[in-house]
Amino acid sequence: MDERKDSEINPTKYGTTVDRKSERELVVTRTFNGPAHIVFDAWTKPELLKRWWVPKSFGASFLSCEADVRTGGTYRFVFSHPSSEQPMPFFGRYVEVTPGSRLVWTNDEGVEDGPVTTVTFEERGGETLVVIHELYPSKKALDDAMASGSISWSGEQFEQLDQLLAVQGASVGRS
Amino acid sequence: MVQYTGAVLDASFAALSDATRRGVLEQLGRTEASITDLAEKFHMTLTGMKKHVGVLEQAGLVTTEKVGRVRTCRLGLRGLEEEAAWVERYRQRWAARFDELDKLVEELKHEELKHKEKADGRKKR
Repeated sequence: MDERKDSEINPTKYGTTVDRKSERELVVTRTFNGPAHIVFDAWTKPELLKRWWVPKSFGASFLSCEADVRTGGTYRFVFSHPSSEQPMPFFGRYVEVTPGSRLVWTNDEGVEDGPVTTVTFEERGGETLVVIHELYPSKKALDDAMASGSISWSGEQFEQLDQLLAVQGASVGRS
Repeated sequence: MVQYTGAVLDASFAALSDATRRGVLEQLGRTEASITDLAEKFHMTLTGMKKHVGVLEQAGLVTTEKVGRVRTCRLGLRGLEEEAAWVERYRQRWAARFDELDKLVEELKHEELKHKEKADGRKKR
């Protein structure tokens, strides 16, 4: 509990935060210790993107990584995962590309409309603040995404979450 | 996660600061009810009860569903847990990516520095 209180007052400098900004928006923030042009390169050059987009802990690996990063260009990432015999494609279109500062793309692999992802890169004294904004077409689309994703949870993650939610549960229980 | 939890707790505590709303949660803990049922039970106007339910809904403590002309209210805590679980998993996924990206940014920075030093060295000679 005390640790959590401390981090609330002084958030970890390079910590990842997520905020559900509205019924259909999620916002992720993270600061990187490097200039914006370098961080932007890592997001837009396929040979660099491949090196971090799917860390080992995901269990998946790239089969191919194609990205034509310019306004109107498309991308297509194909992954293999032990849980799926079929390759898993993710694809969409770059709606906006402003070198060094802003990327907007669609996520079109789903049956229904996917979110639109906007990433901004803001340099401050040699560091870069990255803000990822995912806007779903409707509240239902985000709710559905959450509902479908909550099934495959591991026990360890649930335990962590139980601790997190103990506070909330207690406050309701008292009422 | 910290931000997210903070916002949820703020909304929850604000929702729970009112005796009627706590009563509504207690009531819904026993059984689901329509807004009309709740208004009658707590001797309130329909509009007044709608407002209270709205606050509880905003905090994720109650969910409502309209079937025909009746809006049914249920405890939303379960939904809230699932949402918090999903958001936390989503955060962990990005955090894992970013740990890898940190390493890459360090590497690219060093490369750039090396190139720059080489270029500067050439200029001096």
